Amino acid sequence: MSSEVVQEYAVAQGRAKSFYTRYERKDELQRQTHYCPGCGHGVVHKMLARAIDELGVQDRTILVGPVGCSVFTYYYFDVGNIQAAHGRAPAVATAMKRSRPESIVISYQGDGDLSAIGTAEILHAANRGENISVIFVNNAIYSMTGGQAAPTTLIGQKSTTTPEGRRAATEGYPLHVSELLATLEAPVYIERVALGDNKQIAQATRAIRRAVENQARGLGFSLVEVLSPCPTIWKMNPVEAQHWVRDVMEKTFPLGVFRDHTREAAPRPAPPPAPALDEIPRLLGVAEQDLPANHGRALARDKQIDLQVRIAGFGGQGVLLIGEVLAEAGLDAGLEVSWLPSYGPEMRSGTSNCHVRLSSQPVDSPLVAVPSVLVAMNEPSLRKFDLTVRRGGWVIYNGDAFPADCMREGVHVLALPFTRLADELGDPRVSNMVMLGALLEIDGVLPQASVDAALRRLVKNPRWIALDERALARGRELFKESLRQEGAEAMGGGMK
Amino acid sequence: MRKQLMKGNEAIVKSAILAGCRGFYGYPITPASEIAEAAALYMPKAGGVFVQAESEVAAINMLYGAASAGVRAMTASSGPGISLMQEGISYMAGAELPCVIADITRGGPGLGNIGSEQGDYHQVVKGGGHGNYRTIVLAPYSVQEMADLTALAFELADRYRNPVFVLADGFVGQMMEPVEFPQRAIEAPMPPWAVAGTTATRGNLITSLHMDCDDLEAHVLALQAKYKLAEQHEARAEQWCAEDAEIVLVGYGIVGRILKAVTAEARAGGLPVGVLRPITLFPFPIAHFQRLASRARVFVVVEMSNGQLLDDVRLALNGVRPVEFLSRVGGNVPSHDEVLQFVRKQALRFIGEERMAHV
Amino acid sequence: MAEGNKFEAKKQDRGWLQIDGDECKGCGLCIEACPPKVIAMSEELNHYGYRTAIYAGAGCTGCGVCFMVCPEPGAITVFRAVVQRAEGSSRANARVEEAISCASN
Repeated sequence: MSSEVVQEYAVAQGRAKSFYTRYERKDELQRQTHYCPGCGHGVVHKMLARAIDELGVQDRTILVGPVGCSVFTYYYFDVGNIQAAHGRAPAVATAMKRSRPESIVISYQGDGDLSAIGTAEILHAANRGENISVIFVNNAIYSMTGGQAAPTTLIGQKSTTTPEGRRAATEGYPLHVSELLATLEAPVYIERVALGDNKQIAQATRAIRRAVENQARGLGFSLVEVLSPCPTIWKMNPVEAQHWVRDVMEKTFPLGVFRDHTREAAPRPAPPPAPALDEIPRLLGVAEQDLPANHGRALARDKQIDLQVRIAGFGGQGVLLIGEVLAEAGLDAGLEVSWLPSYGPEMRSGTSNCHVRLSSQPVDSPLVAVPSVLVAMNEPSLRKFDLTVRRGGWVIYNGDAFPADCMREGVHVLALPFTRLADELGDPRVSNMVMLGALLEIDGVLPQASVDAALRRLVKNPRWIALDERALARGRELFKESLRQEGAEAMGGGMK
Repeated sequence: MRKQLMKGNEAIVKSAILAGCRGFYGYPITPASEIAEAAALYMPKAGGVFVQAESEVAAINMLYGAASAGVRAMTASSGPGISLMQEGISYMAGAELPCVIADITRGGPGLGNIGSEQGDYHQVVKGGGHGNYRTIVLAPYSVQEMADLTALAFELADRYRNPVFVLADGFVGQMMEPVEFPQRAIEAPMPPWAVAGTTATRGNLITSLHMDCDDLEAHVLALQAKYKLAEQHEARAEQWCAEDAEIVLVGYGIVGRILKAVTAEARAGGLPVGVLRPITLFPFPIAHFQRLASRARVFVVVEMSNGQLLDDVRLALNGVRPVEFLSRVGGNVPSHDEVLQFVRKQALRFIGEERMAHV
Repeated sequence: MAEGNKFEAKKQDRGWLQIDGDECKGCGLCIEACPPKVIAMSEELNHYGYRTAIYAGAGCTGCGVCFMVCPEPGAITVFRAVVQRAEGSSRANARVEEAISCASN
């Protein structure tokens, strides 16, 4: 036994490296935090800073600070700092983590921020299983704004907006965020801890470290809810406030682990490597060498073309598709084109129509107010647009009997039961293509090769292509037949 | 250069990715949804991030996060969704974060309808959210411009560290036209101010909070100086038959297309009509207006909203020329004939019946 | 505060602590938490107008509880003894060494 012992003292607990030693972003009192004496935030900050230090992730850490008393986290933490809008830190953190997967993103939020205005953001970040760590400081009150009720305010607890104490009948019950989020499948770790005494503080320290560590291991979403004192607003001294956390608050918000999948959770796979820059045009389908060669370059120079088409019907009748085929064929033939849909909710029963222009000049307006051809799939569509057709123009109508009151001087009509004719081809759904075939024959400007090419670009199923081609051919025949008939029947061409 | 037929909404996404955009955060809404759909398909292929957010509020804050991380990122929405994003846009302007927001407009107010309207002008061009800020606003009128101006939007967003809007009506978003793209993709460099979870960026801070009154005032004044710079350098407009025009038609987006068609017909009938189409709505191309005012007798503003563009035209002309106004709303489009009749009426009033008798 | 602060202790305490009067706001949580009750509140106010916690000067066990309950990042620094034999054999007290490594930052 030695009688002479020299003692050497080493720092066992001191300021974490992840804190600034002087708070230079603060306007005054740069050696003290802005928190009130006895506030739980400082204690939680120290736990978080210690976890960052211990895990060696200071350079990689991004701290997203909310609106609330902890709005100034960036005064203190010597890490990358983001100040976020009220309640939105989980959304901000989501994109930061996804953008920089190597970073450690921590969302630090109070109970007003997270459990009131930010409920949607925290719920969905948790449900997506974002690989972030959320520190949720719950002091059952809005402190920064001066003591208004929070969703977490206890039954009977007085606040400036519950002056008689919170009543379940009018303000509902304290929101149990940890329990709520633990009903989701994605989170890997959810624990509620408290700052009510030394033991609780030791447990909170471990929990916060785990939340950060889980992220560093790539496991997924972690949240630690910390019951934390607010002596100022609670109107207690710091020691009373601490005891209130343990003796009162904890009864409403029981401590414990609500989710721990950290053993079974597998680290998330790294995102696949980004493609080389010069591959990107091809990946987007815009690489010039992949675009089809056109068929009709000479066409536009030969003839002045200005085809203005309105195609109308009900949703599901292929109105937009034949418009696209027409425009695509026009482009293939070297024309200037535009296609403009009437758009609506994606429902089958609504009306649907599109404007198509094919022109040898640049298209000024893509809106076809006065069509040279109207394709009407049914009577309501006909009645909607028949008065707009220009003199000398055409109406292609799906129906046996063209309504007499829609007959107009100087407008040609091709009215046939296209649906039945399509049915004879094998499928009533290709009636649109039969009508397009007739339309193509009216103007006769588009080369067959362009129409074929357009069809192949827009229709992927080979069975449909074959059927559509038969339908287009049938439409062309029908138009020619009708001209012959009309020629035989009456003088003056097809004019009605 | 071979062109391909494409929707305006799809062209935005392809152009964005070629311009180095690697993040899309959005929420579906007609008539902008194809942008989110195309982003969902192409963004991951390009090594970028696509997240369908739980709301427009979340989407704009995700954009805040992505921009803070130093990534070129964008979102897209329409009227009601843009209204929800305004708080976040104010934060981004305050924190000087670059981003691109496509607003493919629909009818309002409230749920309005999904028809093509231009009633978002004020909320997009005038700031929209709280505080002393502006956003740069580009207004394409064709699918090709959807592509070209989206690429420009990313460039301007980075240059000015500011949110940039691509403001297009539903027609421009929904229509298909031939379009061509640059054949080289840009790699956007990491900006030095970003917070990217690295040693080099550890000391950086993204915030719009300036507790001290003098600090905040200095910050706001610096923002205004930046906007001034944008006004000096970035104002753009297209003139069409405008140099000798006595009646100058003013409209943006799909209206610009209609005005061209009307002008072609009016000119054919001997009317001295031209078009001035603002391409940037902020900064507003004031100099173009003032230049044309020396010859023009009247400016005719045609818009699919209740006089929102009209306000800026009046400010630009500052009373030196009369401004007439034709508006359709509710998803209705001013028809070719309607505009032509209106123009003829103005010609009679401002050019005179005598001279008009000869044309 | 540099590590390895070396001096001859009058009494062979296992710990020692330092309270920064500029950072301490006098909330008193450390006084309540300290197991050997060796922290007290000062009579005088510091220049911010707070009474601050002060160390009695002896009796610290180096447990670190005061540090963990303290809301200020650097108001309290806790030191723990590393015991060295006079012969210089440097066989440190195993328990203390373990405690330090756990707490090391």
